[in-house]
Amino acid sequence: MSPAILLLLAFGLGLVGWLAARSRAWAFRRAAPKGRIHSLPGFHAWYVALWIAVPALLFALTWNALSPNLVTTSVLADPAASVLPAFGFERDSMLAEARSVATGAAPAVFNVDAQGLVAPYRAAILRYEIIGLVATLVIAFAGGVFAFLRLKPDFTARTRVERAVMSLLLVASLVAILTTLGIIVSLVFETARFFSMVSPIDFLFGTHWAPDPMSSGTPDGKQFGAIPLFWGTIYIGAIIAMIVAIPLGLMSAIYLTQYATNGVRKVMKPLLEILAGVPTVVYGYFAALTVAPAVRDFAQAIGISSASTESAVAAGLVMGVMIIPFVSSMADDSIAAVPQALRDGSLAMGATKAETISKVLVPAALPGIVAGVMLAISRAIGETMIVVMAAGASANLTANPFQSMTTVTFQIVAMLTGEGSFDHPATLSAFALGMVLFLVTLTLNFIALRVVKRYREAYE
Amino acid sequence: MNTPALSPAPTPTFPDPVAEAKISAKNVSVFYGAKRAIDDVSIDIPKSYVTAFIGPSGCGKSTFLRSLNRMNDTIAGARVEGEILLDGEDIYRSGMDVVQLRARVGMVFQKPNPFPKSIYDNIAYGPKIHGITGSKSELDGIVETSLQRAGLWDEVKDRLSDSGTALSGGQQQRLCIARAIAVDPEVILMDEPCSALDPIATARIEELIDELRGRYAIVIVTHSMQQAARVSQRTAFFHIGKIVEYGTTSDIFTNPREERTKDYITGRYG
Repeated sequence: MSPAILLLLAFGLGLVGWLAARSRAWAFRRAAPKGRIHSLPGFHAWYVALWIAVPALLFALTWNALSPNLVTTSVLADPAASVLPAFGFERDSMLAEARSVATGAAPAVFNVDAQGLVAPYRAAILRYEIIGLVATLVIAFAGGVFAFLRLKPDFTARTRVERAVMSLLLVASLVAILTTLGIIVSLVFETARFFSMVSPIDFLFGTHWAPDPMSSGTPDGKQFGAIPLFWGTIYIGAIIAMIVAIPLGLMSAIYLTQYATNGVRKVMKPLLEILAGVPTVVYGYFAALTVAPAVRDFAQAIGISSASTESAVAAGLVMGVMIIPFVSSMADDSIAAVPQALRDGSLAMGATKAETISKVLVPAALPGIVAGVMLAISRAIGETMIVVMAAGASANLTANPFQSMTTVTFQIVAMLTGEGSFDHPATLSAFALGMVLFLVTLTLNFIALRVVKRYREAYE
Repeated sequence: MNTPALSPAPTPTFPDPVAEAKISAKNVSVFYGAKRAIDDVSIDIPKSYVTAFIGPSGCGKSTFLRSLNRMNDTIAGARVEGEILLDGEDIYRSGMDVVQLRARVGMVFQKPNPFPKSIYDNIAYGPKIHGITGSKSELDGIVETSLQRAGLWDEVKDRLSDSGTALSGGQQQRLCIARAIAVDPEVILMDEPCSALDPIATARIEELIDELRGRYAIVIVTHSMQQAARVSQRTAFFHIGKIVEYGTTSDIFTNPREERTKDYITGRYG
């Protein structure tokens, strides 16, 4: 029973219920004194339709998940299953083969011994499909009858449909949360595997990063010192990028909220926000092809001969420009949220506009600005494309911004796309790095949210 | 109601020296875009008295008040015609230092608006930006005097580093008055300073206004006629952008010349 047919079936039955319930409700309405019933006919219709479609779909989903196991169990009970080996890889592959032939996915069996299993498989699949289909129909029908019989002129269909809407919204929001949880769980498992091979101490505090995906035998923990990556990430994302983004973002926010006329603001604010919409890969090649060579030439011109084409400065500068909109739009919102009364109060004291901004508005908006900066940092240190293209791959632990540096995100890409097998510690290190990155950005976001929350209470 | 062509209210002459004009407005009109909010108003505001502006909502009294220290400049599209003289100097002449003007003509707003800073810093803000004092001890002195004049010192002297926004509404408003006093202004404009306060806090502010009288020229906009009667010595009645009647408070309230003034103060409209 394919999912598409199931869906069509559920919706078809639902539609029938919908129409039936609606005409019934219209009949109530015509009979009711003054033509008033508790809920509009549409709500009765939706109530019945939901009772038909939702349980049937839920059952069908569960059945689809369960039936392969039931099919296999019944095939194994068949006498033909005696040819199977008792356990192991071969047994699984024979079963899989027989199943694909039975469902028509494969033209013929490769292993002739599996041929005997095809017929039992076919029979079992057909049997369970029919059972599933009948059960789905019965459930849809039962739900429909149950709901339909409850319809009365004073039936509270409207309230009940409202409740169904709420559950729908709840499910929608749970999807995102559950996905996040799933990501964390998968990260945790792989990270644990990595740390069973490499000591966390070596990983977190070692200063030498040179994992070899082709090495074999016991991994050498000394290759997995991630400090150069952490440093590169912080240097590029949290230091160089912020030196660019904080002043520019803050000043443009101040200009836009305090000095720009309405017309200018209407044009400039969307233009500034376009920056946030540029794909990061475009920033990446801008950094690699335009900024990086310029930075190198500049560094060599001022006498730094070690300057390389891939440099922390090039990546950091472009990343800083990329996150200007994050800083400026948060700063813009929080400065604009400072009550006009405070501004008037300061101006009425004889303060100039600049004094008012620097001594009253910015301090009052500071928590919001700080929160914006935190979000920007967490965005910057999670950024990948720019550093992949402009910062380089060598894990240098240096403060010289003109040297090549690498970051956590870059190494995650490098390790996962390398030639190492999936259970090699070099590959698994990507998960440990991802975990660290995730925890850091999570903490930053958390702090940012707390700061914003406190600031809501600042002036009232 | 028959509205005779309004003859400009004769400016009363006050023989007594404390009534000498601090601010003279001559044929002032204020526009918001094309809308005329104040229409040809002339008034002399005395030096050592409290002057009250009364009138129904939307009559332009707050607009006129805000034009006295050019706070209307911050509103896009606002325009002032005519002359407003502060000690004989036109505050709307080109080259007028607005910052200096606002230091001389302080303002207290309808809703208390302390800065989200400590009580001390709220008061010290003005003296600091105007460079009134360089030394810390002098600044401490200004803070104390200002708070004392605003009658707040005893309540806050032990917690000067607490946030100004943590005070009660009435205390916040007195903090704002203290803040205005701290830059040693010559005029204090008050825009319905008690409208957000309870009766007890209102009484306290009214007492304070009375104590400050004589030291500063005070102009207060109020909706409460009782308040105008209690705190002011001069009252101007505004109606639809014009001053209908201006005179001593006792005359306005006991013996108004104009029918409309009488109607308003007896509560017939407004």
